[in-house]
Amino acid sequence: MVKKGFILLMIVALGFMLWDFVGNYSSKTELADVSSHYVEQGPEELGAANVVTSVVVTYRGLDTLGEVTILFAAAAVVGLLLHLNRNENEQRREGSELLKTGTALLFPLILLFGVYVFINGHLTPGGGFQGGAIIASAVVLSVLSDPNKKAGHTALTVIESLSGLTYVLLGAAGAILAVNGFLDNRILPLGEYGSLLSAGLIPAIYSVVGLKVGSELSSVVISFKGDSKEEEV
Amino acid sequence: MIGTMAIITGSLLILIGLWGLLSNKDIIRMIVGFSLFDVGIHIVMLSIGYINGGTAPIVEKLSDLGKTYVDPVPQALVLTAIVIGLGITAFMLTYAVNMYLKKGTLDIDKFEELKW
Amino acid sequence: MNIIFLIIAVFTVAMALYAVMTKDRTMAVLAAGATGLFASILFVMMAAPDVAMTEAAIGSGLTTFIFFFALRKVKRGQKNG
Repeated sequence: MVKKGFILLMIVALGFMLWDFVGNYSSKTELADVSSHYVEQGPEELGAANVVTSVVVTYRGLDTLGEVTILFAAAAVVGLLLHLNRNENEQRREGSELLKTGTALLFPLILLFGVYVFINGHLTPGGGFQGGAIIASAVVLSVLSDPNKKAGHTALTVIESLSGLTYVLLGAAGAILAVNGFLDNRILPLGEYGSLLSAGLIPAIYSVVGLKVGSELSSVVISFKGDSKEEEV
Repeated sequence: MIGTMAIITGSLLILIGLWGLLSNKDIIRMIVGFSLFDVGIHIVMLSIGYINGGTAPIVEKLSDLGKTYVDPVPQALVLTAIVIGLGITAFMLTYAVNMYLKKGTLDIDKFEELKW
Repeated sequence: MNIIFLIIAVFTVAMALYAVMTKDRTMAVLAAGATGLFASILFVMMAAPDVAMTEAAIGSGLTTFIFFFALRKVKRGQKNG
């Protein structure tokens, strides 16, 4: 009873704080200075149509690097802890014929769609994170249809490490060759506005981020699935 | 108008998530409460960057530059926050599974030691 | 537009309430996924298509999947002892 009272008290207290916040809210009618610079000069400066992409990849690129690192750490710890405590000793039931055939048909198409989403990140909504999640959902489908298949941990690790290394190297190349320092995208020509090969390094960096996020999320999913008995021997 | 409704929705989700986090004894459902809290924070952050009548910050032609766009910076932050949220949720679930394997229960009241 | 936003917002809050109040763990996880899905519609209406894509794919899809994998590990343990 006392505990319920405390919970109620905490919720009312947080609600009071939020009430103050909501009461003072009014929709803005114009952007702040930094944001309006990003929106008004960003497309000409960096050549990317999607301003969110240019903020994520170039203006605040260091944040994205840190975020990918955090995701890597989370995936590593999940893999480690679940690997230490596995007790898988039964053969799992296979997916139905329908699911298997559907997976064989859809798996490459979903992968292709993921790649499409992150390559077009500078032109349309989407990008590395969304494309990576789509790739991971293809992996989920294959895990569901054939749970006893050997998981490609080595391939995932290699893709993940290589794309992380490429990300840092591309950023360092920006620091050496271009004017504005780490992760500057203008070491390649900006190209024609709105075409696929434009915006300098942004498509390359976002593809690398997509591969890295996709392999990290896939390895999280595969760790949660757990290894089956034969692989442990 | 949309901004006001969104900030109210987000605040309600934050309160509901806190309620779920505090009032449940089952660890899995505490994590569910946490993920609701997460969604609420994302909605509040986006509503701060919303501009009345603004369109998505995607400039199709360079001649469109004068139009009203919503703020791209909160969107980039929320994009980051969602991905990190998945990492944190997976991390917490891993701990929940491990605690279950040690003790055979998910009731938080049964975990009395400081170190398990 | 405002009416549709209001309806979806009410659905979002209702799904969140259901996720917290239901006794069934599986339904709680599913309702949390549905909250994320409705929230991604709200994001589209708030002119944030990038965030909506991420929320639909990650916040609603993959998170629910990981929850179910964890639930399965926990349930199998219950059966064995």
